[in-house]
Amino acid sequence: MSADPTVPVTHGATALAAPSSPSRAADLRTRFAAVEQAPGAPKPDPIVVADGVTRHFGGMTAVDVDHLEVERGAITALIGPNGAGKTTLFNLLTGFDKPSTGTWTFEGRSLSGVPAAKVARSGMVRTFQLTKALSRMTVIENMRLGAAAQPGENLGRALLPGLWRSREREITEQAEELLARFKLDAKRDDFAGSLSGGQRKLLEMARALMSKPTMVMLDEPMAGVNPALTQSLLGHIQALRDDGTTVLFVEHDMHMVRHISDWVVVMAEGRIVAEGPPESVMSDQAVIDAYLGAHHDTDLGDDSLLTDDVTTALEGKP
Amino acid sequence: MDWTRILTNVFGELLAPTTAAYALAAVGLNIHFGLTGLLNFGQAGFMLLGAYGFAISTIAGLPIWAALLVAIACSVVFALILGIPTLKLRGDYLAIVTIAAAEIVRIVGRSTALTDLTGASSGLRGNSYKESFQALSPFPDGTTDIGPLSYSNNASNSWWIRLVGWALVALACLLVWRLTNSPWGRVLKGIREDEDAVRSLGKNVYAYKMQALVLGGVIGAVAGIVYVLPRAVQPDSMGRPMTFFVWTILLLGGAATVWGPVLGSMIFWAALMLIKSVMRSTVPDTVMRTEQIEQFGWIVVGVTLMMLVIFRPQGLLGDKKELAINVR
Repeated sequence: MSADPTVPVTHGATALAAPSSPSRAADLRTRFAAVEQAPGAPKPDPIVVADGVTRHFGGMTAVDVDHLEVERGAITALIGPNGAGKTTLFNLLTGFDKPSTGTWTFEGRSLSGVPAAKVARSGMVRTFQLTKALSRMTVIENMRLGAAAQPGENLGRALLPGLWRSREREITEQAEELLARFKLDAKRDDFAGSLSGGQRKLLEMARALMSKPTMVMLDEPMAGVNPALTQSLLGHIQALRDDGTTVLFVEHDMHMVRHISDWVVVMAEGRIVAEGPPESVMSDQAVIDAYLGAHHDTDLGDDSLLTDDVTTALEGKP
Repeated sequence: MDWTRILTNVFGELLAPTTAAYALAAVGLNIHFGLTGLLNFGQAGFMLLGAYGFAISTIAGLPIWAALLVAIACSVVFALILGIPTLKLRGDYLAIVTIAAAEIVRIVGRSTALTDLTGASSGLRGNSYKESFQALSPFPDGTTDIGPLSYSNNASNSWWIRLVGWALVALACLLVWRLTNSPWGRVLKGIREDEDAVRSLGKNVYAYKMQALVLGGVIGAVAGIVYVLPRAVQPDSMGRPMTFFVWTILLLGGAATVWGPVLGSMIFWAALMLIKSVMRSTVPDTVMRTEQIEQFGWIVVGVTLMMLVIFRPQGLLGDKKELAINVR
């Protein structure tokens, strides 16, 4: 960028969003270069492997995934039109819903039929599309709740503070560190309900990190977040990957997907229709047809589009 | 109007064993509702089971500590039976099941088939099970006057039951205070607000809800024992109205607070006594007879509860930001 040096332009936010560790991203790029760009492609070092996962709601098939592998230590995006089954697949993998058929493993251990709490304890922690910050608890209490291995969460030991005070101090310290990283430290003692929508997303993500998970699953982390916060959220997600955490996220914001993901999985009507690195998957004809639509690059608010041949073409589409 | 007598009555009500029993039951309900968000509409069932468990096993010849254990065991089993099928479902199911289960306990207790055991609808006479409790009293027999209050030392509605009842209330409050400020209590507060969020953080929500249901139920059972020690076990006096009084007390004092249930119980019973005593001495018989005044007292309670929900949904001691009745 050739900005006039006399004009003080702050690129801080943009800089955050750029790959914070180029070597890590490059390393992943070479790893993914050998991966076939097809649905269900095997990965060099998969952390999640799912087979034959289906979920029916009455006569409707919400999810029908033959095979899916998620690479360890990478940011994988799960995209697809509304109703493609992304969130349902998320719910199945994290134990919040039971599949009609199918099995999957996480770090080699089978997780099918394992309840949600146990899935989280095994290191796969999720966030929700509709933020679930506990708004009647303070920010710091929200954070503390995310921590694992607090003996005071046992009814008997809760009565003897001596048994859990020291762990509580550790947890609080870790929570304060994370809050500072997510710029929420000023809100430490506020009720989570008083935070803005974007701050709640940040809080939810920070809380999920309290248990030091090996994999985080983010369901639409950008929904309802204002652009200023988006940049720092992107930065946080990349920082997670650079620390070795695997990230799988569902997102609608194409810009974000293109920007930070190492690998993209496209779903439509419950099935995986394409996989690949973000640059190439976006130009895949199957993806364009299924998801973006033939006119994804045209501004529908543009009056010049309302000429006869364009409208005929649009209406002619099934 | 004899104000000295009225005020003595009201003051007596503040310390009455019944007030202590209701405070204790409300502390139990506070663990269910205030802390965990469980809608238990069968607290009277826990109390009645505790009362039956204690009275029947004492009559059968068990020592007091064993009778107490039987009462606690009854409430634990009752809580498990209620919790196993419902705690995995939405909150409303627990409400439906508990209110029905409490009625089942009462109706089974008063059925003639069990006359030998429970005394059916006439219940169990107090004198048949009070002996072992009164024998524990360190006080000599007789009557003691403290200020305007005069009660027997040990028999029935005694100083001894007051002492034990309020000591139990203090103990239960201490327990709740310790637990609310512990990581265990934090998990419960999380569950109260959003189970799925807590589940996603790796906590076994079902187990926590069960622990809360059992713990609150056990406190309810002990409350039932305190309630019946100065009187008799009468199944029909421990039905749905009792559950609703416990709820009123909890909401009046403030759910999710440590002292709310205690303050609520004291105000509830003292206010009721005040209204009734004042009306009895001022309203002429031609306007309202004594039994009508009794009914009118309950009408006032109902109106008060409505006002409370409208104007102070968090109760007297509650924090509106944390928990209010009208928001879930």
